[in-house]
Amino acid sequence: MSAKLNKYLKSYTEAAPLAVFRICFGVMMFISVVRFWLNGWIEKLYITPKFFFSYYGFEWVKPLGNYTYLIFAICGIAALLVAVGYKYRISILVFFLSFTYIELMDKTTYLNHYYFISILSFLMIFLPASAYFSLDAWKNRKNAFQKIPAWSIDAIKLLMATVYFYAGIAKVNSDWLLRAMPLKIWLPAQYDLPFLGNLMQQEWLHYAFSWSGMLYDLLIPFFLLWRRTRFVAFLVVIIFHVLTRILFPIGMFPYIMIVSALIFFSPGFHHRILNFISRLFHINKSVFDNGKKLVYNGIKRKAILAILAVFFIVQILFPWRYLLYPGELFWTEEGFRFSWRVMLMEKVGYAQFIVEDKDSGKRFYIDNGQYLTPFQEKQMSTQPDFILQYAHFLAEEFREKGHENIEVHVENFVALNGRRSRKYIDPEADLLEYEDSFRHKTFILPFNDEIKGI
Amino acid sequence: MKRITGILLVFTLVFAACSKDDEGGSINPNNFDRQGMLANWADNIIIPAFSNFKNSTQDLEDKTTAFTSDPSEANLAELRAAFETAYLDFQTVSMFEIGKAMEINFRHFLNTYPADASAIEANIAGDYDLTSVNAYDQQGFPALDYMINGLGETDAEIAAKYASEDYKTYLENLASRINSLTAEVNSSWQGDFRDQFVNNTSSSSTGSIDKFTNDYIMYFEKFIRSGKIGFPAGAFTGTPSPGNVEAYYSEDFSRALYIKALESVQDFFNGKHFGSSETGKSFSQYINYMQPAMETENLASQINAQFDAIISQAETLNESLAAQVQNDNSKMLAAFDELQKAVVLLKVDMIQVLYIGVDYVDSDGD
Repeated sequence: MSAKLNKYLKSYTEAAPLAVFRICFGVMMFISVVRFWLNGWIEKLYITPKFFFSYYGFEWVKPLGNYTYLIFAICGIAALLVAVGYKYRISILVFFLSFTYIELMDKTTYLNHYYFISILSFLMIFLPASAYFSLDAWKNRKNAFQKIPAWSIDAIKLLMATVYFYAGIAKVNSDWLLRAMPLKIWLPAQYDLPFLGNLMQQEWLHYAFSWSGMLYDLLIPFFLLWRRTRFVAFLVVIIFHVLTRILFPIGMFPYIMIVSALIFFSPGFHHRILNFISRLFHINKSVFDNGKKLVYNGIKRKAILAILAVFFIVQILFPWRYLLYPGELFWTEEGFRFSWRVMLMEKVGYAQFIVEDKDSGKRFYIDNGQYLTPFQEKQMSTQPDFILQYAHFLAEEFREKGHENIEVHVENFVALNGRRSRKYIDPEADLLEYEDSFRHKTFILPFNDEIKGI
Repeated sequence: MKRITGILLVFTLVFAACSKDDEGGSINPNNFDRQGMLANWADNIIIPAFSNFKNSTQDLEDKTTAFTSDPSEANLAELRAAFETAYLDFQTVSMFEIGKAMEINFRHFLNTYPADASAIEANIAGDYDLTSVNAYDQQGFPALDYMINGLGETDAEIAAKYASEDYKTYLENLASRINSLTAEVNSSWQGDFRDQFVNNTSSSSTGSIDKFTNDYIMYFEKFIRSGKIGFPAGAFTGTPSPGNVEAYYSEDFSRALYIKALESVQDFFNGKHFGSSETGKSFSQYINYMQPAMETENLASQINAQFDAIISQAETLNESLAAQVQNDNSKMLAAFDELQKAVVLLKVDMIQVLYIGVDYVDSDGD
């Protein structure tokens, strides 16, 4: 086994697929940043709100007022530099840091896909993506290599496969497969789609989409890996993601996933892409085809492989952390984020906070609209860590107004996947008695239903 | 969540899914006629309600001129009656803050309370601009209420105030502004806006159903729950303030306005035609169409039951909500709690079943 592994780790492959991946990734990220900016979302999501929800342990990461635009600008420029492969290692590092900083500024905007970009760009810091067909390689022929260790391409495949497969496992649950939830809520609302509108009302279609979505996620990595099914699998990737783009507001991500799936194709295919780009921009591609192998020296190689090993062990184990919490995962959401649970839930909530001054006996009902944007309010009212953080924020606000001895309670109702709303947080609990932590939040009321699944 | 090994589960699920088919489909395969619902809203509820309200505001203006040309106590009584009718009728249209009404801030200009009495007095004595957004609380029904009920202890005292031309002019301006704003909204519904509204069946956040549903729920939460009950009861400040009730100077009128607003909201929910007992396509039918079959409890009837509960609680309140706040505020807080239950049903359960997006959230999902 270890001999086999050793042999694998010493095998080499063409660098072209990684170069194509780098270019596509950089371009896509640049477009994403520009699109985000043009849609006015920087202002709306990071400048307008008065209060931001932090990830536990990252409370120090906040938007920087108008300088927030600068972070986006840096992120966009870094993405372009990654695409052309100029000072690659620094560029991808800057991209990773700026992108991740943006994501950490407010967890209201958390999306699995953004998390995917963050960890993918982290992974790319350690991959020799500029060894081939890059400005770095062009300017310094010493650092140009046509061949790179096979693991550096397989790492990306493994990450993509993990994302798909875990997303598939998460769909193996009774709400998704037996109740066709939440598609049964989402699809009928697409009644005005041309041609498909009426179809979207059909119950059999909700089940068909649920089951095929589950099978797609579970199987697609394997069909992409296998040479004989790869082409058909890629067509399915395109159809699947274009369909999700039509049905749901998921922005750039379908395109990013489609383009990323190209990594599974053979080097010959990627050479054809690069030939095309070369002709388009009059680049002499033959300069890069030098037959040289990138061989890392012992320490560097060991260090990189160790980092990748730890990275993947974490990636493979982290989504299972929910097993350490009691209660229903979909209800408590403890261990829900960062585990590739994509489009699994339709949750709506309503949270009426009450601040009580114990000295004067006065009770204040809170109008959330005074402090939160509608988007923040929507996210806050169904997730306990948001609720807790907001309660502490309200306490601060009222302490500043001179109320010293206070309690914060919430009357909170949540409806999950078409079930009738029920009380979510214990209204008797004084939320100020709890601090955010990774421990189970005991103020969450039980779900009183069961969602079977892994 | 039960942890079961993957493969075993998949097989179990396949079997379970097959056997479940026999129970039959839950969602009616025929598409719900959303345009028909919009047409029912527009043609049988909104437009007749506005044209009825327009008649009332016209009458209000006429009675105002009659009073200012002869400020007698008898004319004051007539004016008051017209005021009460118009104010009650306003409760049947206030929830329709969409299109022209939204564009011109109809609700704010007609019904921002409490009225700012000292600003009104300053206006009467000097210059003013009622079209300014800073002048919301110096006009509309609350200002009119002050002008015909709050200027003195007795009717004779109030009528006597109208010896002054400045008072006359201000009163006339108030009444004619209510009438002209109403005319503007009414004629937009009589004109192009009706078709625009009914034909905009898009499912996006700019579609009529989506937009109106958001407005409807917001109206219930902010303008009925908070405005009519929450603020006077001091729910948001901890200090009851009877001065915040609607129609403060009319004394025994605020409960009637509250109940009229509640009934209008419930009638709309059930698609009840304005001024008739007939019903048409409505939220309640739409919910029944969209509600997944596995939910045994009928959401629409649950919402109706909650509306009923609110109204019957409202009937136990003092005719003057200000007096209710002063004498036994706990009943006001009880009203707030009943309203709150309906807010949850509308804002959580109904929104989920109809899958209506929250206002202005248009960023990406995943």
